[in-house]
Amino acid sequence: MADSIYELWREAVNDHRPVALATVIEGENLGAKLIVGDGIDSQGTLGDADLDRVVVRDTIGELAGGRSGIRHYGPHGEAREDAVSVFIESFAPPPHMLIFGAVDFTGALVKIAKVMGYRVTVCDAREVFATKRRFPNADEVVVDWPHRHLEKVGDRLGQRDAVCVLTHDHKFDVPAIQAALATDVGYLGAMGSRRTCAERLERLAQAGADMEQVTARLHAPIGLDLGGRTPEETAIAICAEVIAARTGRVSSSLSDTTGSIH
Amino acid sequence: MKEIMNDIDRWRRSGHKVALARVVDIEGSGPRLPGASMAVSDTGEVAGSVSGGCVEGAVVSEALDILSTGERRLVTFGYSDDEAFAVGLTCGGTIHLFIEPLDW
Repeated sequence: MADSIYELWREAVNDHRPVALATVIEGENLGAKLIVGDGIDSQGTLGDADLDRVVVRDTIGELAGGRSGIRHYGPHGEAREDAVSVFIESFAPPPHMLIFGAVDFTGALVKIAKVMGYRVTVCDAREVFATKRRFPNADEVVVDWPHRHLEKVGDRLGQRDAVCVLTHDHKFDVPAIQAALATDVGYLGAMGSRRTCAERLERLAQAGADMEQVTARLHAPIGLDLGGRTPEETAIAICAEVIAARTGRVSSSLSDTTGSIH
Repeated sequence: MKEIMNDIDRWRRSGHKVALARVVDIEGSGPRLPGASMAVSDTGEVAGSVSGGCVEGAVVSEALDILSTGERRLVTFGYSDDEAFAVGLTCGGTIHLFIEPLDW
């Protein structure tokens, strides 16, 4: 049977496509399964349409975060009940966030990105600043020119990954942005005042960057307009923009909008 | 999971039944995270692991029983278990496994 849930799962795992499997491990329909993933509309059923709807939603969320674990529901997907226990197993390498520039904002961005489930690399050419001691939460601290580091790892970046350029220095950020545009990275943002960003655009044009790509992909100044000032608030504005870029939403308060939340 | 799929395919191609044991939860210290998995063929062949080697023997017996009855179940190993001294985890943790026939 070509399309059994196991086959769908196996193919996705073999192709390194993110996929998640939800299995009833306690309650009615023991062993019933749902599969959700990139390129797979949800398939299978846990035996109840309402339960399926809630579990599909949660499974998508768990997969996006690369998490596996047990969730409890009522018979029709009710929250805060435990008639049914569902094990959600995600097969997704954690998304990768590359932060260029070991500056004041970097530590806060590392922290927030870790909370969101990213594997985080901090890269800066200046070895006095790029130290594991300054960024203990980072998975990796690399001393190198950002564009040179991207030449090494760029082909592993995909839609779930993010590149945040915080260097504030055209000498580093122009080649870094050019190198990032050559990858499939899903989110690319660069920090700087309006003036810095305008100047950077000129320099990118002078350096021969594909300005159509720059306009389409570069988020600069980086982050949503939340009005925050501290490094932590800025980090949240950046991560919020990463989410909005991934989901394709124009961000506004849910209280000001109508329509489906998920 | 990826690392045991080749063995699973090989067993299934030659007509064997396969049981899959997956770690679904751990309490306290545990060597493998939820999602760690182990497959057992109906001839008792094993691929993968669900602990540091502490409970694999017991998992094989459970898996073979499940293959003969077809009855999937949640199994707990560790100090909260009555048989902790028989099949405990040296790390002192508790692991919950879901073991089922690979019939899906």
